[in-house]
Amino acid sequence: MDKAVTTHKLTKKFGDFVATDEITFEVAQGEIFGFLGANGAGKTTAMRMLCGLLTPTSGEATVAGYDVYTQPEQIKQRIGYMSQRFSLYEDLTVRDNIRFYGGIYGLSRAELKTKSASIIRELGLDSVADALVESLPLGWKQRLAFSVALIHDPKVVFLDEPTGGVDPITRRQFWDKIYEAAHNGTTIFVTTHYMDEAEYCDRVSIMVDGRIKALDTPTELKRTYGVDSMDGVFQILARGTSGK
Amino acid sequence: MIEVENISKAYGETRAVQDVSLSVEAGELFGLIGPDGAGKTTLFKILVTLLLPDAGRATVAGRDVVKDFRALRSMVGYMPGRFSLYPDLSVEENLHFFATVFGTTIAANYNLIREIYVQLEPFKNRRAGALSGGMKQKLALCCALIHKPEVLFLDEPTTGVDAVSRKEFWEMLGSLKKRGLTILVSTPYMDEASLCDRIALMQTGKLLAIDTPSGVEKLFKKPLFAVKANDTYRLIQDLRQAPFTITCYAFGEFLHLTTRDGFSEQQIAHYLAERQHQAVEIRPIEAGIEDSFMDLMQHG
Amino acid sequence: MKRFLAFVKKEFFHILRDRRTLLILFGMPLAMVLLFGFALTNEIKNAKIAVLDLDHGPHSRQITDRLLSSGYFQLIQNLNASRDIEPAFRRGKVKLVVVFPPNFSQDFARNDTEAQVQLLADASEQNTAISLTNYATNIIQNYKSEQAPPGTVAPMQIDVQPRMVFNPELRGAFVFVPGVMAMVLLLVSALMTSVTIAREKEMGTMEVLMVSPLSQLQILFGKVLPYLLLSFINGCVIIALGVFLLGIPLNGSLLLLLAETLLFTFLSLSLGLLISTIADTQLVAMFASLLVLLMPTIFLSGFIFPIESMPRFLQFVSNIIPAKYFIEIVKGIMIKGIGLDLLWKPTLLLLGMSAFLMAVSLRNLKPRLNQ
Repeated sequence: MDKAVTTHKLTKKFGDFVATDEITFEVAQGEIFGFLGANGAGKTTAMRMLCGLLTPTSGEATVAGYDVYTQPEQIKQRIGYMSQRFSLYEDLTVRDNIRFYGGIYGLSRAELKTKSASIIRELGLDSVADALVESLPLGWKQRLAFSVALIHDPKVVFLDEPTGGVDPITRRQFWDKIYEAAHNGTTIFVTTHYMDEAEYCDRVSIMVDGRIKALDTPTELKRTYGVDSMDGVFQILARGTSGK
Repeated sequence: MIEVENISKAYGETRAVQDVSLSVEAGELFGLIGPDGAGKTTLFKILVTLLLPDAGRATVAGRDVVKDFRALRSMVGYMPGRFSLYPDLSVEENLHFFATVFGTTIAANYNLIREIYVQLEPFKNRRAGALSGGMKQKLALCCALIHKPEVLFLDEPTTGVDAVSRKEFWEMLGSLKKRGLTILVSTPYMDEASLCDRIALMQTGKLLAIDTPSGVEKLFKKPLFAVKANDTYRLIQDLRQAPFTITCYAFGEFLHLTTRDGFSEQQIAHYLAERQHQAVEIRPIEAGIEDSFMDLMQHG
Repeated sequence: MKRFLAFVKKEFFHILRDRRTLLILFGMPLAMVLLFGFALTNEIKNAKIAVLDLDHGPHSRQITDRLLSSGYFQLIQNLNASRDIEPAFRRGKVKLVVVFPPNFSQDFARNDTEAQVQLLADASEQNTAISLTNYATNIIQNYKSEQAPPGTVAPMQIDVQPRMVFNPELRGAFVFVPGVMAMVLLLVSALMTSVTIAREKEMGTMEVLMVSPLSQLQILFGKVLPYLLLSFINGCVIIALGVFLLGIPLNGSLLLLLAETLLFTFLSLSLGLLISTIADTQLVAMFASLLVLLMPTIFLSGFIFPIESMPRFLQFVSNIIPAKYFIEIVKGIMIKGIGLDLLWKPTLLLLGMSAFLMAVSLRNLKPRLNQ
């Protein structure tokens, strides 16, 4: 199977500070890959490098088969990105947002039409399609943002704490969408602070102080560290290192 | 220590808090659990006298939040959702400033914050803006405690903080509770609810339930099973189609399946075997707080 | 009191640790005074002029020589007919055209009051134009009084130096320094205070402060005090720069000038407070300060455009611009050397405005959050 993401000794330094320190991993096409770590462990930096927003200091990385140094534009065409903080324009309508993002990725007029119709139908947004996004509940916005991130059928979609602050049902409905996308072959690269969500991933990496300290399936990780939850694994690995 | 009677508050059309009543005993660690937009922050702001309620009344430490707001203000410690620190002041300067503003000194109440502050002391000359999330959170807690308040209001202190820092933070709250401090804390993380003495579940401005964590768990009356197989995605799809299913959601590595009364594990296993699921595990389980919350949200 | 002082101390930390704030506070006044002061005097050196001499007589030639030897003007074109004037301006290089009508020399010799010289200036640069015509007029007047028979006109020998004591309005710096002062004081006091208060609201620290025993008044005055001090220092620096660097005279009382500066600073701060009671974010505070305070001050106070040449409606509006009165006062004290006996009217107006604004902003204070 093709690798959606590969890194080899990927390093980023800011002055003397080593944000990510020789991280090496591979993510298979269609995999749900959980990217965990304490605040400031280097997750965001690593993600930005993979999205082509930051140039690495050293090491290698490819996303969807393209090199992050030389082909960031090709990468950007083939990835989707969604974060908790930014994704949709609050002062545009649902339909406008879909059209705008579709337009950015060069969808044709016909494609845009069918895409926006199908997104609105799937999410049950018919009644609010022409309402401003700011009027929607947070959970709807998140699902819409996710669908918009998938609008150009990206190979890989990066989700940065996508489910912060929503109720437990909405959170699970969101994960249903993630499963569905992965089932359809999209690679999911996700960060989260909810440890139960780590259990939903096919494989999980845990970053501590810029390095990947563990990488395996949740079941294997729990067996290795002799605990019964991913929270337990995380506590063992990251404890005592947050005080920097 | 805190009495809330039929408090309501609306912002224009949005009814942020609707007819909420609750009471918190002295020395209690009380959790307000709910997602964003549940009305937690609005309720907090009313209780710390920053907002006027539209209706209802509330007292904190025996003082009315509307009439006696001046007297009340020096008696409460408040930590708003965003860590309210001055990023351009050092750790020590922040603490010193808040101490002086509340008419006290660091030395006078050092006892209360010592356990937390010792972790910060190595960085006391560092600017607060350069601290990690967990450290900021600890400093903000110190600043809210420095005037020895009678009641501590912590509005989502652990949101956006990693699991390790969250755990440490709850340990600190535990030791503060031992000193007799009354603490009202809000959080969107259901797993933190079990660490409180009592909790109130909140959703879209309304209270769904108030009880001890185990009491809330017991509110869940339907049969509940944990189910697992190798293809989770297909498992969810199939279980949701099943005739016995009410709801089916992912919970960590298992799915939590709520069924109608009168179905057994064997019947579920048979249903899944028919659909070629491998490595199936099924066992009946007790509901957790999150199960109750989800159930109350839908039928509450 | 101890609380209040702790607050003021914290405020100084904020200011001293933020390079951008420091730069705005101390770099901006310096840069503005120097820019406005020198840019204008430079303009008047070697201004390009053209001469249309239809007279070809001795006096027209001598006056032309005088103009060119003054150092202010540089002849780049001799015109032959009045239809050449417009193209000369159009090309944009000529700032001033001196026209000697036919028979100018004869008229001048016969009866000097009848002789006329026409000065045409490029008014698209209004201030330059005014200065240039004033300069030229002076030189010509000077020539006239030299040529006059003894006893008819006071034979005052006037030295046409850049410092023209008898007509101070000539120099750009004289017009601009009071204006810059008004602007800087407004900007520092009003903008900075409203922005810092809004910043605390954005960071959430305001909520904690409000829940503390500090009163709303203490919080706001704690914010205001450091800026009052800094603005006042700024005002002094600008006065010093104006006097020592740009050679503006200080003919009146320094004490009165400082007192008036303090009064205007206080007024600006009350404006800043008023804005901060309304603005919840730094962005809103910034826009409000720029739109409501800075723009009218620049355009309507007489700082850049003379009030007399404004449409009547704007002239009327300019009456409520505090900077207008402050500029009037500063010019009066520094250049005309007049005292409070003549300046009591604008001073009283500024006092009244301050009291009114302070009262409104204090009334707007609420012990709770804006809903």
